[in-house]
Amino acid sequence: MAKFSKKRGKAKPAISTASLPDIIFMLLFFFMVVTVLRDAELKVKVVTPFASELTKLEEKSLVNYLYVGKPTQQYQNVYGTKPRLQLGDKFATVRDIPLFLEKHKVKLPENKRDRITSSLRIDGEVTMGIVSDIKTQLRKSGQLKVNYSAKKKAEK
Amino acid sequence: MAKTSSRDRMNNEINAGSMADIAFLLLIFFLVTTTIVEDKGILVKLPIWSEEEPDITKLKERNVFAVLVNAQNQLLVRGEPMRVEELKDFAKEFIANPTNRPDLSEKPTKAIISLKNDRGTEYGTYLSVYNELKAAYNELWNELAQKKYGRDYSEDMPYAYRKAIREEIPMVLSEAEPTAFGEE
Repeated sequence: MAKFSKKRGKAKPAISTASLPDIIFMLLFFFMVVTVLRDAELKVKVVTPFASELTKLEEKSLVNYLYVGKPTQQYQNVYGTKPRLQLGDKFATVRDIPLFLEKHKVKLPENKRDRITSSLRIDGEVTMGIVSDIKTQLRKSGQLKVNYSAKKKAEK
Repeated sequence: MAKTSSRDRMNNEINAGSMADIAFLLLIFFLVTTTIVEDKGILVKLPIWSEEEPDITKLKERNVFAVLVNAQNQLLVRGEPMRVEELKDFAKEFIANPTNRPDLSEKPTKAIISLKNDRGTEYGTYLSVYNELKAAYNELWNELAQKKYGRDYSEDMPYAYRKAIREEIPMVLSEAEPTAFGEE
């Protein structure tokens, strides 16, 4: 037994923590790059359907989001359970879409404006009525690039 | 040089011991706010708005692939009920028409897919139908690209290649105004 205690007493194990900040910074940068800061609090429930033919949205600044779904529990006594449209962080009607698109557009340089994509994040259980109205409104406002948000379907 | 000597004497060094703490703080902030959401979806180009309805009665019946979806999420493809799973293969056969059947499209450039749904159709069903039709085109493009250039059709392909393929098999998908029979 003496052997063990002797050894322990002699060695002074101290792990150098000098490189710890570097490691943490590495992790930090990873998360900073990966992070998509959530711009709007979701007031509607959106569970996007599954699909296989997906395209990735590239430039985040060129994308505007339209959410459609049932209002979440806390808004149901005010807004009911019918599917509603959410633009930015508030409930809206289809008539508010042109103004919303225009507000997003003026922030961008002119040469990029024709690459704006509208991402439609629509709950799978919503009926097509409201979706058609939105599509018609988008077409009328000249916003033709549309991305139906969907999750990747597992390969069979 | 007096200056350097004074610098040496002071032997200044910023204490980096708290650096890790600061980095940790930032790290935890980003960990909490992160939502690793992959923004993916089906990219669609909507047609330009025009007041008058496009007239598809002028088209030959054999070139039109009519898909109807009703409020009960049932499919009617060219007058026959069908399941979503069968749609892709049938659409592929219709577009390419490898056996030159007289009831399918004359050639891929003339094929038109017409999609019509009800206001009561579920969005999930609509999207899966759209997905299947897009998948049919994607597979045909892949086959053609393999034959011509020995690789799959993708966005990384040279623009000329993609254009050549898209000209041979253009994707024509017309969406009619939805009917309003079902309950929204």
